[in-house]
Amino acid sequence: MTFLSYLISGLSLGSVYAIIALGYTMVYGIAKMLNFAHGDVIMVGGYMSFIATAHLGWPPLASVLLAMVVCTALGIVIERFAYKPLRAAPSLAVLITAIGVSYFLQNAALLIWSSNPKSFTSIVRLPSLKLFDGELTVSSVAIVTIISCIIIIIALTFVIGKTKIGKAMRAVSEDKEAAQLMGISVNQTISVTFAIGSALAAIAGVLLCSAYPILMPTTGSMPGIKAFTAAVFGGIGSIPGAFWGGLLLGMIEIFGKAYISTELSDAIVFSILIIVLLVKPTGLMGKKISEKV
Amino acid sequence: MLTVDNIHVYYGSIHAIKGVSFSIKKGEIVTLIGANGAGKSTILNTVSGILKPKTGSVMFQDKNLIGVPAHKIVAGGLAQCPEGRRIFLQLTVVENLEMGAYTRPGNELADSLADVFDRFPRLKERRNQMAGTLSGGEQQMLAMGRALMSRPTLFMLDEPSMGLAPLLVQQIFSIIKELNDTGTTILLVEQNAQMALSIADRGYVLETGRIVMTASAQDLLHDDNVRKAYLGGT
Repeated sequence: MTFLSYLISGLSLGSVYAIIALGYTMVYGIAKMLNFAHGDVIMVGGYMSFIATAHLGWPPLASVLLAMVVCTALGIVIERFAYKPLRAAPSLAVLITAIGVSYFLQNAALLIWSSNPKSFTSIVRLPSLKLFDGELTVSSVAIVTIISCIIIIIALTFVIGKTKIGKAMRAVSEDKEAAQLMGISVNQTISVTFAIGSALAAIAGVLLCSAYPILMPTTGSMPGIKAFTAAVFGGIGSIPGAFWGGLLLGMIEIFGKAYISTELSDAIVFSILIIVLLVKPTGLMGKKISEKV
Repeated sequence: MLTVDNIHVYYGSIHAIKGVSFSIKKGEIVTLIGANGAGKSTILNTVSGILKPKTGSVMFQDKNLIGVPAHKIVAGGLAQCPEGRRIFLQLTVVENLEMGAYTRPGNELADSLADVFDRFPRLKERRNQMAGTLSGGEQQMLAMGRALMSRPTLFMLDEPSMGLAPLLVQQIFSIIKELNDTGTTILLVEQNAQMALSIADRGYVLETGRIVMTASAQDLLHDDNVRKAYLGGT
C-alpha cells in the first residue's frame, strides 16, 4: 500500500515536471535555445493564482486562467525583447541572456512580493480519496495534476500533429529558411511556441504550489532545473521525450526519497541522468545531437 | 514581370553579387547559367527576400520587394523551389504540400493537392510517407509540388537536376516546360546549361557575381564561348 502511495506521489510530481519540460523542449525544438527563465515563469504563475484567490477572492479556476493569461503575455514579451534581438547571435549569448532574464524575474518578484514565503491555498478543494478501507489516501491535488498532464499531452500532440500552426512549428524546427519560402513567419511561430510553453508553465506553477504550498521568488528555480533535466533525459526537442522524462524523473525522485535516502534523492536523480546520457547521449527519445550549447 | 536592377549582395565582407540586372517577361522561361559559386542561388535568395541586397532594386509586378520579409513575398505569387530541395524530412508528403499552401485560403487546398498529384502521381502513392524516406527524384518532385501549392505566377527553380539520373532530369525538365505552357513564368537556375537552354527562351550567363552575357537560348547554345565553358564543347 505504501508502494502504491509512493507511486501516485511520483506520478503526480512527475506530471508537474512533464508539463514544465514540455515548455522547455518545445522552445528548444523550434528556437534552438534553452530558455532558463522558464522556471521563473512558473513562479509568476503561482503568484498570479495566489493574488487572485487570496486577495481578490476569485474562484480557483478563474485564478488559473489569470495565471495562464499573464504568463502567456510574459512569455511573448520575454521572447520579443530579450531573445528576438539575438536571433543571429551565438548560442552562448542567448544562453547567458536567458540566465539574466531568470535573475531579473526572481528579483522583480522579490521587489514586488518580498522574500517572505506565502502560504498557498490549494486550488483543488476536494476531499482526499480514500481507497482500500482507508488504507490508501490519495490527495485530490495529485489526481488533478496527473489528469491535467494527460489532457495537456493529448492536446499538445493534437496541436502539433494536426493543426496548421503545429505543422508550421515542425517545419520551422527543421528548416527555417525553407519555412520562410513557404510563407511561414518564423518570428510569429517562435512567439506562439513561447506563448504555449508559458501557458503550460502557469498551469505547472499552480499545480506545484497546490501540492507544495510554499510560494516565494525562488519557488520556480529548482523545479525548472529538474524539468530541464527531465527534458534532456527524454531527449530535448522531443515532446513524448519530455512527457516520459518528466514522469520518470518524478518517480525516481520520490522512490529515491522513500527507499534510499531523503538527502540523496536529488543526487540520485542527477546520477541517473548522467548514466542515461553516457549510454544514450541523445536522451531516451532524442533523434539527433545538436551542436548548440 | 520581374525586374532586377543593379543589385549588390554581400556575405559579410565578401562581395558576392556585383551589380546584376536582368528581367523576365510574363510567360517566359529565363535561365541563369554559370559555374559553382557564380552567385546563381544568391540571386534567387535575394529575389525571395531571404538575403537583403546592399543596393539595387527588385521589382515584381510593379511592387518593390526590397525590405519585404521573405514570408510575405510568397503570398504575392512568387515561389522558389530551393537548391538541395530542402523538403521537410520529418513531415509526411501531404504535410509538406500543405506547408506549400500555407499562404493560401484553406478551401483551395483540395484542388491544389489534386493538381499536384495529377502532375506527380508518385507523390500521391506516397502521400502519407515521411518525406525523408523518398528517393532523390521523388524528393525533387515533392520540392516542386510543394512550391506549386502556393499557385505562383513566377516559379523560380534552383538546380532542379542536381544529383538526378539522366532519365529523371528529362522528366523534370518536361514538367517545367508543361508548367510554362499552362501559364507559369519560369526562372531557372542550372549548372546543366545544355538542358536549361534547350527549354528556355532566353538566358543570362553569370560569372563570379556578374552577368557576362545575355542572348536568346538558341544563340547561347551555339555561342563558342558558352559551348567551351559550359557545354563541354571544344
